[in-house]
Amino acid sequence: MTDHWFDDAAGPVVRPYAMTRGRTRSGAEGAQLDLIALVVAEDLGAAEPEPGSAAGGGLPPHQEDKLLADHSLVPEHLDIVALCRRSPLSVADVAAELDLPVGVVRVLIGDLVEAELVRVTRPVPPAELPDESILREVINGLRAL
Amino acid sequence: MVFGRSKRGDRPAPAEPVTLKILVAGGFGVGKTTLVGAVSEIRPLRTEEVLTEASRPVDSIAGVEAKSTTTVAMDFGRITINDGLVLYLFGTPGQDRFWFLWDELATGALGAVVLADTRRLENSFAAIDYFERRGIPFTVAVNCFDDAERYPVETVREALDLDGGIPVLLCDARQRESARDVLISVVEHAMHTAARAPADR
Repeated sequence: MTDHWFDDAAGPVVRPYAMTRGRTRSGAEGAQLDLIALVVAEDLGAAEPEPGSAAGGGLPPHQEDKLLADHSLVPEHLDIVALCRRSPLSVADVAAELDLPVGVVRVLIGDLVEAELVRVTRPVPPAELPDESILREVINGLRAL
Repeated sequence: MVFGRSKRGDRPAPAEPVTLKILVAGGFGVGKTTLVGAVSEIRPLRTEEVLTEASRPVDSIAGVEAKSTTTVAMDFGRITINDGLVLYLFGTPGQDRFWFLWDELATGALGAVVLADTRRLENSFAAIDYFERRGIPFTVAVNCFDDAERYPVETVREALDLDGGIPVLLCDARQRESARDVLISVVEHAMHTAARAPADR
């Protein structure tokens, strides 16, 4: 995607939903993922990437090959797993980081949940928001900005 | 009230932070992007939306009903309060035809900022109306443009017919401290609203 020969004004060479094979809804989770729901990479059972080596937290090559051999996954799926292995990221973070539309990212994350490569944590539902200690923490944090 | 997520005392470093969101709304050109950018690292967020009923009258999809998407760009900012707490800011798309996106953004929002410009106060009516109806706590922040006449907050409050409890303040969306104070006002207001409302809010 990065080395396409059109300039930005020409728009993406591949229509975004091509990488979801035209699906606009993910199968599994069905429910719409909140923009601030956190995507957490499941432990793949492999050793953590050695510090310094796999720069950027990418997957080890043998794991990547193994996952791509399963033809239901596209490289963007792996990008998401790699990103979230570093630290849990919100759906919006993943979309902004990979410069993919939110709708596409939702479908891909849905696939990954189904494949048990990531899990998604729900944000605090609105009815639970008024927890004073958290809100005070936010206020103090903002004051320190 | 008991909140599972808040019992973090015995977990020194929670692996998954609590995420909260604040919406930044207001008319076109009122300074939403500026405000989000003043307090956070701003990034564009693209949504490739499947056209819905809401936008159908505007975007004719006759003949291409099967696959019809439109790209909407939103401002998106992240403020990491600490390891366990992240505040996200979402600038709502200004155009009316993207109202359908608001419902998704508003779900679970801690609160909202309605940015207003005294020269075009009517442009903030829709957002105020929206948050009032949904019971989402909001602060009205008057972005003081250099060439706009200054009005006292009470005059703005009257002009917007705002409830006495809704904070109104003057700000300069370009200034980090000023934008930060607007956000603090939203969180404080959300806290007070929560304290006033019974548990069934």
